[in-house]
Amino acid sequence: MMTEGTSFVKGVMLGGMFCLVFTLFANTEIRGGSGLRSHEHHHLKAPNKEELLKLPEAKRLELSLTIRVLCLIMVTPKEIGYWASAVETWSKHCDKAVFYSPETIKIFESVSLATADKWIQTRKAFQHAYENYKDNYNWFFLVESTTFAIIENLKFFLLNKDPEQPFYVGHTVKSGDLEYVESSSGVVLSIEALERLYRILDDSAKCPEKGSLLWKMSQDKELAVCLKYTGVLADNAEDDEGKELFNSKNINTLVVEAMSKNPNEVVEGCCSDVAITFDGNSPNHMHVLMYGVYRLRPYGHTFNDALLFMPPVGSDND
Amino acid sequence: MVAQWREGFELLQVEREVTADQNTMAVPRSVGSFINFIVGIAIGVFICSYFVSKATLHIQRNMQTNQNRHNFNHYNSLLKGITNCSSRRDQSVADELYKKVRILCWVMTAPKNLDTKAKHVKATWGKRCSILLFMSSESNPDFPTIGLETKEGRKQLYWKTIKAFHYVHRHHIDEADWFLKADDDTYVVVDNLRLLLSKYNPDEPLYMGRRFKMFLKQGYMSGGAGYVLSRESLKRYVAAFSDKACNHTSHVEDRALGKCMEILGITPGDSRDDHLRETFLPLTLLSHLIKRRPDSSFWYWKFTYYKATNGPECCSDLAISFHYVTPEQMHILEYYIYHLHAVGYKYRRKDFEEASEDGERRNSYLLTTAPPSTP
Repeated sequence: MMTEGTSFVKGVMLGGMFCLVFTLFANTEIRGGSGLRSHEHHHLKAPNKEELLKLPEAKRLELSLTIRVLCLIMVTPKEIGYWASAVETWSKHCDKAVFYSPETIKIFESVSLATADKWIQTRKAFQHAYENYKDNYNWFFLVESTTFAIIENLKFFLLNKDPEQPFYVGHTVKSGDLEYVESSSGVVLSIEALERLYRILDDSAKCPEKGSLLWKMSQDKELAVCLKYTGVLADNAEDDEGKELFNSKNINTLVVEAMSKNPNEVVEGCCSDVAITFDGNSPNHMHVLMYGVYRLRPYGHTFNDALLFMPPVGSDND
Repeated sequence: MVAQWREGFELLQVEREVTADQNTMAVPRSVGSFINFIVGIAIGVFICSYFVSKATLHIQRNMQTNQNRHNFNHYNSLLKGITNCSSRRDQSVADELYKKVRILCWVMTAPKNLDTKAKHVKATWGKRCSILLFMSSESNPDFPTIGLETKEGRKQLYWKTIKAFHYVHRHHIDEADWFLKADDDTYVVVDNLRLLLSKYNPDEPLYMGRRFKMFLKQGYMSGGAGYVLSRESLKRYVAAFSDKACNHTSHVEDRALGKCMEILGITPGDSRDDHLRETFLPLTLLSHLIKRRPDSSFWYWKFTYYKATNGPECCSDLAISFHYVTPEQMHILEYYIYHLHAVGYKYRRKDFEEASEDGERRNSYLLTTAPPSTP
């Protein structure tokens, strides 16, 4: 018995040794290779602004590809038209688009969250996104079905923000002490913020499913409360003229408002040139937006941007 | 490790020697030990590889994160200089073309439309014309509008067109190369019109716009989508009235003018782009862009000269005009065209400027002649 026991133990140790030695041999090769790669980067000097703008296409494309956005789009069974137009239009520009619905819907592909409660939907959607996509995307963008988003402008905005820092961005609203991102115009979380959210969602004292107060708060406020516990605060997104990038109204409404507020400078007073979202669009208007943003343009006007985005494969309306 | 191997082997040897002495009883025991040993090896390898794979994943993730952070920090330092600037627009090519292609735009309007419609034309696309004139039944020095001394109403439309072209000929024939007629609910992308016209000679008779095929053999240009006469065409049109070759035939102004063009032997041109998509659009943008089964009784499908479609193929990226445009849509179009854009997006279709197979027709007239001298 003793010999059997010892021989077993010796066998285990022997097997373990074999395996470790083998792995060590295999890994030294890999580590040697990556060492070379990082060495390459150290030889690049930081170019100045003019040089940067003359960056060859390949380099600009490379830069643009480092920003990877996962779009989480909330749809309901009644909104088949909205789901269809999101699929056919702007969501093609996300690195990946995932549709979330309160229940399984036969006609379209979506992840069923099995609840009609908006806060629980938000929790589950973010949980699902983290569990399935945390390794391949560094930004997570939650929108409603009526929102049209320009992903290139989102990436331009995120260009100088480190996703390893906690970012929670959109159009912010102040409610007493709480500043939260309005859900109707889109919510952006960096991977760091999403990771912190994921962990605190398990804390039923700080971040319960039934909501943190005695009365029901809207899901965008609940999200802000949970994130606040993890040290993540909301940031309002603006362009360098102070214009809003995330809009809860559609272009029509904003222009009509601008026509009465500043009739002499309607477009200048209305909306950002690099706006990211407009909410309140009908499915048909999404097609018009697609043409207006990605196709219609005046001859002889060009832009000189540090980023470069190629049109998506297999698409004909952009 | 080698020692272990040897130890294990020696153990086996010892056991074998033991079993050699004790035949019956010892055999099961040494075989048992051996089996245990093998099983032990297998389990050892299994446990180890499990932990190793977990560790590798962790290390790889950290390496990737570090690489990403390294990439990010590297690029971030490069970008510090430019992130303060918004996406920068360069319109030098458009400005050059403005000097070479002179377009006079006259807009058909009425006194009651000045504040509701014409005002928005003036605030948006009108300012890109080389010369902008508003034609009305009455003159209004403040707006300003030119009074054509007609009445208002549908029956007056062709009288207004005739008088407007005569006015423009009398006062501005030498100041422009091209003469555009538009309505006060037409939006014209003047930069794209300049591109189209830059390929033609204004001293040749040209009649350009959205070609319709009804009523006339050679067809005529849609009035609502806007149409253009070259300087030569305008001279001949005005001459035709003094020669009595043409006169007021009907109040449907686009058709009536088309009739006069036919009499003069001036053929309607083809304004489609290099991908054969229409540039002058006689319906609302929404009607054109939404893909649906065409209602064959709808007039548009009967009138369109070239094969038309709805959905994304309806319209050129470098569209020239839109019709039935409401006041707020004037500003919305202005926003889409001259302001809102997707930063860094490389357009799917190249512009006209690239050489096409139909080289003869598409060669830019401007490349071979000197720019017109300013008076």
